[in-house]
Amino acid sequence: MGTRDCRHICGESSPAIGEAGKTGEWRDSFPVIDQEKCLPARQNKPSCFLCWLYCPDAVVSKTIPIQINMEYCKGCGICAQVCPAHAITMIDEQGF
Amino acid sequence: MNKKTAKKGSTRILSGNHAAAQGVRLSRVQVIAAYPITPQSPVTERLSQFVEEGELDAQYVAVESEHSALAVCTSASMVGARTFTATSSHGLAYMHEMLHWAAGARLPLVLACVNRAIGAPWNVLNDQQDSISQRDTGWIQIYARNNQEILDSIIQAYRIAESIYVPVMVCYDGYVLSHAEMLVHVPSQEAVDRFLPQYKPHTILDPANPKNYNLVTLANPRINAEGVLCHGYMELRYLLQETLQNSRETIINMGQEFGELFGRSYANMFWEHRLDDADVVIVAMGSLAMEATVAADTLREAGHKVGVLGLRVFRPFPKAEVVKALEKSRLIAVFDKNISYGSEGATCSEIKAALYGGSARAVIRNFIVGLGGRDVKAREMADAVDKSLLSVKEGDLNREYPEWICAI
Repeated sequence: MGTRDCRHICGESSPAIGEAGKTGEWRDSFPVIDQEKCLPARQNKPSCFLCWLYCPDAVVSKTIPIQINMEYCKGCGICAQVCPAHAITMIDEQGF
Repeated sequence: MNKKTAKKGSTRILSGNHAAAQGVRLSRVQVIAAYPITPQSPVTERLSQFVEEGELDAQYVAVESEHSALAVCTSASMVGARTFTATSSHGLAYMHEMLHWAAGARLPLVLACVNRAIGAPWNVLNDQQDSISQRDTGWIQIYARNNQEILDSIIQAYRIAESIYVPVMVCYDGYVLSHAEMLVHVPSQEAVDRFLPQYKPHTILDPANPKNYNLVTLANPRINAEGVLCHGYMELRYLLQETLQNSRETIINMGQEFGELFGRSYANMFWEHRLDDADVVIVAMGSLAMEATVAADTLREAGHKVGVLGLRVFRPFPKAEVVKALEKSRLIAVFDKNISYGSEGATCSEIKAALYGGSARAVIRNFIVGLGGRDVKAREMADAVDKSLLSVKEGDLNREYPEWICAI
């Protein structure tokens, strides 16, 4: 089956999660959070959340503890760079 | 305007630029964005006057560059407006990126290119290097021979563009046509309205049903969020090529319908002058195709069977029709007001490519003429053909590089 059935004549899509594919597949390293160091987790109250603020893909949750959606995290490492508590470490994907 | 004029239109003496502006007014264009450049400026000056005086219900957007002018037209077309811009030379070069964008986004823009040389060195006069340099941007290119064809081609351009969602560039020679006044029949609004229906966009921007258009599109096809397999970049490129390949039928049909309504038929891809029994054919494009008819008639008087093939549509290039028209020729003299440096004139390459594999065994000679406004005399064209007839005797079919008619 070819692609004609989509009936598009130019690049076209609807705004939706996953529209550009599962971008987590692009990742070559992934973030690991040390909850002992993470400020909101340690203090058990909403604070910091710089990783949530700076994540260009909006995959970091503003929750306690914070969670990262690995289906869409591209592994850019910005969260690890901005974390004032050095709670996030980037680990190489094995077998990439 | 009395009732009779309203129905039948009127015949006026118009410059090419004002003929273009009349064509745009009659096409009920809704958004105009342009930046001044010689020799195009009178087109948009006249249009701003139409808008100011209430003769044309359009938004006239003053922009800071040609790149912005085409960006405005692209955006306005995207949300469903019929748009127009005009430019020349460096202005068209500055639009280059947006020319690709408009064609890729399949927006039916219409642009008038008033053909002018490109620097360095500075030159404001006519040749066709500007539009030929935009050959591969995916636009249909139509060349006018006179001011009537400018007006008529602009109206047809909207009909063609909006039928197949491909932008159309209407090209005409700077000064030779843009500033020369001649009789032009200006049709009535009523008649043009019958020919040109309202623009129906394929791109609908609606907050209730949001869409993304032309975002990053990867090489391979992909399944979208709704589970439908969508084109990758290459499939979209294929569709643009396929549409241009098939567009000749639309161009001819619209030209024929135009003829039925207005009495001037454009059911062709090129104009023919005494071609039926000709074994020597002059090929030229734009106003040069008119000059060529004088050269052909002169050569006829000297006993040669000479005709003219005046290219009207350069993209899509009418390969099959050209082959048919040239199959009996023993000499084809192609005159180009452009040069693809290191190779030859662009229309000559097209002619040679079209003839490959067929039965034609013609001598083909390419002459580069009229660059930077250098006058091209019918006498010079006739002499060039006359001289080339020697090659027919010698069987010297092809030459690697073109000959230049200049003083070097």
